[in-house]
Amino acid sequence: MKGPKTIKGRPELYTSYAQDMALLNTRPKRAWSLALVVLAVLLPFLITDDLLQLLATGFVAAIGAIGLNIVTGYAGQVSLGHAFFLAIGAYTGAALSGPETGRVIGFGITSLPVWLLASGLVAAFFGVLVAPVAVRLRGLYLAIVTLGLVFLGEHVFREWTSLTGGPGVGRPAAIPELFGVRLDRNNAMFTAAQQLYLVMFVLLVIFGVLARNLVRSRVGRAFAAVRDRDLAASVIGVDLTKYKVLAFAVSSFYAGVAGALLFVVNGFFDPGSFNLLLSVQYIAMVLIGGAGTISGAIMGALFITLLPRITRELPAVLPFISGDATGAVTVFQVEAVLYGVLIIVFLIVEPRGLFGIWVRVRNYWRTWPFSY
Amino acid sequence: MDEFLQSLIRGLGTGSIYSLLALGFVIIYKSTQVISFAQPAFMLAGAVLVSYLAPVVSFFGAVLVAAVVIAVLALGVERTVLRPMVGKPVFVVAIITIGVDVVVRVVTNAFIGLDVRQVGDPWGLTTMSFLGAEVQQRYLVMIGTTAVVTTALFLFFRYSRIGLAMRAVAYDQEVALAQGISVGSVFALSWALAGGLAALAGVFVATGAGVDQQLWIVALKALPAIILGGLESLGGAVVGGLAVGIVESFFGTYQGDFAPWLGPNFALVAPYALMLLVLLVRPYGLFGKKEVERL
Repeated sequence: MKGPKTIKGRPELYTSYAQDMALLNTRPKRAWSLALVVLAVLLPFLITDDLLQLLATGFVAAIGAIGLNIVTGYAGQVSLGHAFFLAIGAYTGAALSGPETGRVIGFGITSLPVWLLASGLVAAFFGVLVAPVAVRLRGLYLAIVTLGLVFLGEHVFREWTSLTGGPGVGRPAAIPELFGVRLDRNNAMFTAAQQLYLVMFVLLVIFGVLARNLVRSRVGRAFAAVRDRDLAASVIGVDLTKYKVLAFAVSSFYAGVAGALLFVVNGFFDPGSFNLLLSVQYIAMVLIGGAGTISGAIMGALFITLLPRITRELPAVLPFISGDATGAVTVFQVEAVLYGVLIIVFLIVEPRGLFGIWVRVRNYWRTWPFSY
Repeated sequence: MDEFLQSLIRGLGTGSIYSLLALGFVIIYKSTQVISFAQPAFMLAGAVLVSYLAPVVSFFGAVLVAAVVIAVLALGVERTVLRPMVGKPVFVVAIITIGVDVVVRVVTNAFIGLDVRQVGDPWGLTTMSFLGAEVQQRYLVMIGTTAVVTTALFLFFRYSRIGLAMRAVAYDQEVALAQGISVGSVFALSWALAGGLAALAGVFVATGAGVDQQLWIVALKALPAIILGGLESLGGAVVGGLAVGIVESFFGTYQGDFAPWLGPNFALVAPYALMLLVLLVRPYGLFGKKEVERL
């Protein structure tokens, strides 16, 4: 078979479908991706540890948001139950790697790849369990059922104290150990924050590329067909049950992985914090970033994670906002309101989210200085 | 037997709160095909408003004023935030209502502060004898009020011109438009109705224990209620609400004896378990419309 033809000086002229669907299909995209990766790898040596930790949290959230985007943005199955799957991953990881104490169960398997994979798989298993209900429902019925899942899960995690440590007390996070090196402790070369940041970045790249490859394959096209019109999809031969179950399984796997890592990065989680609010946060990441795009999910996750940090800086600029919990308008209220307002404004003004803004900027410069 | 009757009345009482909230959800859903997650915030705002107004214009006056104010607020939200989204995917609109909920709730919370505010209702926790069992007065009031409000609503939808217009819009928006019905006003009116009902429900939730920042969680119990009853059915909303209340109450009373392994607070999440069970058997709820699809 002949390779795709290329014409000199016309790098963006595609002569085959494979070229169009390639992972990095344009030269600017290649350049941008390379620049971002280089920047991300250099960052640990440029900024302080607390910012690194925040960014690491953002990367982990991005893995979770990519997962939610697969089931909601690509396959069109609205899930408000993401917090439930995050929790399953978090506690699977913590229980597998933690030491057995009188208070909480633990198995002492501290190798990161092992418990990370297990967290994902256990969450995926629960995703598959839920999927049969999901297959029978559509639209808002599904959203509310997954919401019910979060409430039931919250109850179980509060009551099952030997797994979760109980409300208000919690349990230690999973122990991240890679090739015998404890990532959550400073060592001769790196600080803990630098190590965690780099590992989370590598994991985000791995899971991001995996997801991108999934959605540009036959499976991804089937997801999109189910999203756009499931009846039409089934008529042209897409097995609805199979692909809905698959979407839930993959999404839950990502959520499980993200949950376990989130626990590691944060260090502490109250069993009650895997609630509706967390689910809504992930929905907000997907929608603000741009539903149905991997890079959008990453942008949205970083945006939502960094938002509190940005609003913390507001009292310095706007003196009527008080920095602690006492004044008439506190920074926490501003943060919460801003979060709600952003969701509303983004969905009304730019439904494609941050990704849509990026596309507009790109198109402006592509034809610059000639506008439409 | 007393225990049984007490649980039943308590269940029907809280259930009628859920019914009021569920009616609001269903009214909005029928006219706009959207589930409004802003209902909890409106409910909270209603209760808080009453807690401020009650000392000034008496409790009953305050309830009336609050219901009207919240109705106007909901109408305003519909006109400004929801109207630009007509015709957009319902899921996106639903998420926008979550945004509305967050904003309204944060502002309301600022008026609650850290204390528990009292709504100044005349019932408090006083009990009276009912069929030989001691039951709290407020539950009987809730049941009575809900019965009156629900009947009035059904008569309104059945006999008034506007009610007819709302039913027409729920049936087919384009045809209704062609008949000269202002679909926009129907949207606005249904949001206003839902807001008023939420405010009323909020006051009832706040009787007895008062208003705090966690009150809004109660409104989410209406979600299993509307799913149980079916999203399109007003009657289903009432039945679903009552069922959720009764299940919750009975689990609270008896589950400790029969199924202690479920954990002490299982009653709070029992409605969600019930919802999952019903949906396994009937994916469109008990009275919901089975969708017929064509390509």
